[in-house]
Amino acid sequence: MKNFTYQRAETAESAINLIGQNAGAKFLGGGTNLVDLMRENIEQPDALVDVTRLSKEISETENGGIRIGAAVKNTTLANNEIVREKFPVLSQAILFGASGQIRNMATVGGNILQRTRCYYFYDDAAKCNKREPNSGCDAIGGFNRIHAILGTSESCIATHPSDMCVALTALDAKVLVEGADGKREIAFNDFHKLPENTPNIETNLKDDELITAIEIPKNDFAKNSLYRKVRDRASYAFALVSVAAVLEVENDAVKNVRIALGGVAHKPWRATEAENFLSGKEASEENYRKAAEAELKDAKGFGHNDFKIELAKRTIVSVLNELAGGKNQ
Amino acid sequence: MSEQSGDKDAANQTQSPSDKIPITLKINGANHNLQIEPRVSLLDALREFAGLTGTKKGCNQGACGACTVLADGERINSCFALAVQYEGADITTIEGLANGELHPLQAAFVENDGFQCGYCTPGQICSAIGMVKEFQNGLPSAVSDSMTGEYEFSDEEIKERMSGNLCRCGAYVGIVEAIHEAFDAEVAR
Repeated sequence: MKNFTYQRAETAESAINLIGQNAGAKFLGGGTNLVDLMRENIEQPDALVDVTRLSKEISETENGGIRIGAAVKNTTLANNEIVREKFPVLSQAILFGASGQIRNMATVGGNILQRTRCYYFYDDAAKCNKREPNSGCDAIGGFNRIHAILGTSESCIATHPSDMCVALTALDAKVLVEGADGKREIAFNDFHKLPENTPNIETNLKDDELITAIEIPKNDFAKNSLYRKVRDRASYAFALVSVAAVLEVENDAVKNVRIALGGVAHKPWRATEAENFLSGKEASEENYRKAAEAELKDAKGFGHNDFKIELAKRTIVSVLNELAGGKNQ
Repeated sequence: MSEQSGDKDAANQTQSPSDKIPITLKINGANHNLQIEPRVSLLDALREFAGLTGTKKGCNQGACGACTVLADGERINSCFALAVQYEGADITTIEGLANGELHPLQAAFVENDGFQCGYCTPGQICSAIGMVKEFQNGLPSAVSDSMTGEYEFSDEEIKERMSGNLCRCGAYVGIVEAIHEAFDAEVAR
């Protein structure tokens, strides 16, 4: 690992100030992804600004939502009483990710900014447009069993690895950021980018901007929510496909539905086609299947990962069936 | 660095990347004053600088859990932790558990054949101690039926919660038995 300087920020303002002083500086959260990437020389910052002592607060907002400080640890968020009660899909998604040790270290801000686990991104002998722009992509035509089926480009078929972010997408969360030019809010679904021709640019965050918090708006029906993760082993593995869903059924019709998919795209994938199809329709397995078909109609496999298209459809149907049965009320 | 505050706590305005910096780690109740580069992991600080080799380096990439220690009572992978980030924390390693006699979980590992080669054992034991505390704090897991309510201290829950610790000898059955023997009574209270 390359040497670097280490500085610890006590306020968001000082963190932004410190990052602005050095173009090669990066913010450091729990280190569970960045330190790993630095050890592999994929990330080579000159300076780290430790932001783990910034806001660790989880509080209810005036509008009945919740606000989560970016330095809150994943375990703390998963175990928060408000989250477990009102947004169980978020606790579940976090607890389906990583291991107990990693969840104790990883921050909410760092989880959002974690990078893909594409093998070719990690292998500096391989071509990767994300690691080295315009060098090519060895995943396309390579071993791509874990790769994306939606929103891919000729440059990149990597997936975003987070579970937590899939739930936050379904819950209409907002990312609160602060930089030298002031504060702004970014809708969760607009935070991460599709790869297009610049897979090295993964988010809409500016270089000097710091994630300070996440806000989840009030939602009275997210109590009936579920995260299902399909993976190669029962625990401690990344998703092949995951589904976060929130469902409210009234008089046998879909009143409210939110669906997001993980493991299928360069970003957490909000399933708006499926949601639009289902809205107001009869809550039936036949309609869930039609909604899943609509969402995946443009999906494209790359050989080894073709199975994900059908797997994603079946997982959507299965999760909605379970939620309509009211088992998770 | 609690004696510093505000922007000045950005300790090292004149730091150069290759500089070693002085840090104090509190390990098993004793302060260790170390001169290390910021890139030194907590794992390497323990083993190479503080001389505490009980904590093991397995994969060095967060996959195996052999390096698990407790920081302020919470289990972490010390390979991912930069030592400098853990100034001020109370670090407990396998060397800090026995108090004249073996910790009850250490004794239970011996009794239940919770290991063969023993390389993963320090991490397994530190992880299980942290895991039980999480359980007692009401933390659900991926196999819990619901995110609210009471959870049973079952084999299924223990296996899920311990999935960050691998044992290549395959002593998992003994490990689960040892955890039951050491903690069932405490968890039931």
